[in-house]
Amino acid sequence: MQSLSNRSKQVVHKEMTFMERIYLPAIIKGMATTLRHFFKKSNTLSYPKEKKAFAPVYRGWHVLKRDEQGRENCTACGLCAVACPAEAITMEAAERNKGEEGLYREEKYAAVYEINMLRCIFCGLCEEACPKEAIFLTDRIVPSDYVRQNFIFGKDMLVEGITPDTRIDVTVRQKHIQEKN
Amino acid sequence: MILLYDFAMIAQKMGLISVLFALTLGVAAYATYGERKIAAFFQDRLGPSNAGPWGLLQPVADGIKMFTKEDFIPNQSEKWLYILAPGAFIFVALMTSAVIPWGTTLTLFGLNMDLQVTNVNIGILYIMGFVSLGVYGIMLGGWASNNKYSLYGAIRASSQMISYELAMGLSLIAVIMLSGSLSLRTIVDQQAGFHWNVFYQPLGFIIFLTCALAECNRAPFDMAECETELIGGYHTEYSSMKLGFFLFAEYINMFISCTVISCLYFGGYHFPGLNPDWLGGLMGPMILLGKAFFFIFVFMWIRWTLPRFRYDQLMHLGWKALIPLSIVNMLLTGAGALLFGK
Repeated sequence: MQSLSNRSKQVVHKEMTFMERIYLPAIIKGMATTLRHFFKKSNTLSYPKEKKAFAPVYRGWHVLKRDEQGRENCTACGLCAVACPAEAITMEAAERNKGEEGLYREEKYAAVYEINMLRCIFCGLCEEACPKEAIFLTDRIVPSDYVRQNFIFGKDMLVEGITPDTRIDVTVRQKHIQEKN
Repeated sequence: MILLYDFAMIAQKMGLISVLFALTLGVAAYATYGERKIAAFFQDRLGPSNAGPWGLLQPVADGIKMFTKEDFIPNQSEKWLYILAPGAFIFVALMTSAVIPWGTTLTLFGLNMDLQVTNVNIGILYIMGFVSLGVYGIMLGGWASNNKYSLYGAIRASSQMISYELAMGLSLIAVIMLSGSLSLRTIVDQQAGFHWNVFYQPLGFIIFLTCALAECNRAPFDMAECETELIGGYHTEYSSMKLGFFLFAEYINMFISCTVISCLYFGGYHFPGLNPDWLGGLMGPMILLGKAFFFIFVFMWIRWTLPRFRYDQLMHLGWKALIPLSIVNMLLTGAGALLFGK
């Protein structure tokens, strides 16, 4: 069969030559290799003390954004659920009542919004599909759990807070999406 | 007057023995740290770094751990032999340093002190004798545990040590033929300047180094405790400080064999351009320790480079390669000594 990688080698069971049989050249060669590694810089991070920065394109735990006045951006159009290749997103739409203008930006909003974090493949197609800049993937890691049920994240886990310190910054991600679109 | 002299002599020797004891234990403790750190560097890791600065307190932490762990004695074991074995092993390991000449004379407060516990004229024979006694600790430990893995480990260790002692002794004979003396002090002093034995005995040195690795049960000859096959080998059933003694004694053995190698082949406390009498005689021990530390590093370097030999390969190497080679080396040395006068 034809080799595609050109890396395969024919195995030969030939008698070892004298130089091979006294081992020493091979041992010295091996020791030179390990000595080179001795002076190499270690790749280890002392994890809790040092942390590696995430890549700017990292896609983790989703956030449902609010606008500057603290109103939810999501209008429950369902485009994200349609775009989702893993069928992880479901939602139920509801009409905004009088007096709720401070909570929701437009007349329609998502009363229930659920992402199944076990189904989600973190592809980011939902944020590309969203016409309202409501959903973004952030650099937060989805926490682990023992119970499968707990991985269905509702609005309590997804919508960001209103106060400035509970807001979640997605400017880098936002720019990335805009460039893509 | 004679009594007073004797007392001073005994006090002096006691002092030297205590210092040596502390030094050997200290070096062995920090060899464990060095081993882990060096292993880490060879594998592009960091090694112990949390206990103290750069992990320097790691041996202390390990010691506390060893002392406070449960001391377990299996029901089916030979209880007294089981307790005796680690003690016998570490005792033998500590005894060997008595004949090593650490330096010339130490001048302290106007007193002259011989930097060798005892200058017996059969020093090297004494070391060989005690090294071969070391196998008893392993054998007793393995047998008394009443565990088949321990027994396998002990049998392997003892057959390996017996096989390699032959080649070791034969390569030593070549050195003794050159020096004409069994006294380590004489052997070392003959290498003053740069007349190191390794230049006259390169083959003998390689054989001796290989055998020393095998005698210390170090990789690539750590048959006695190859984890993949024998769990822990002869110390599988041991825990707490009994296990600590076994592990410690191995590092002591390594330190002593590194000093012996330095004495036999690398001029001991002599180094060209440095006088061992400097610093009131402290220069000698520093040179010897420097050489010994270098060889400890080489031992670890070999351990983290070479994979373990298979048991039959080990026996093959010992009996069919090293022993004939060392006999050839002996004959060549004899011929050389006859022809060239040294």
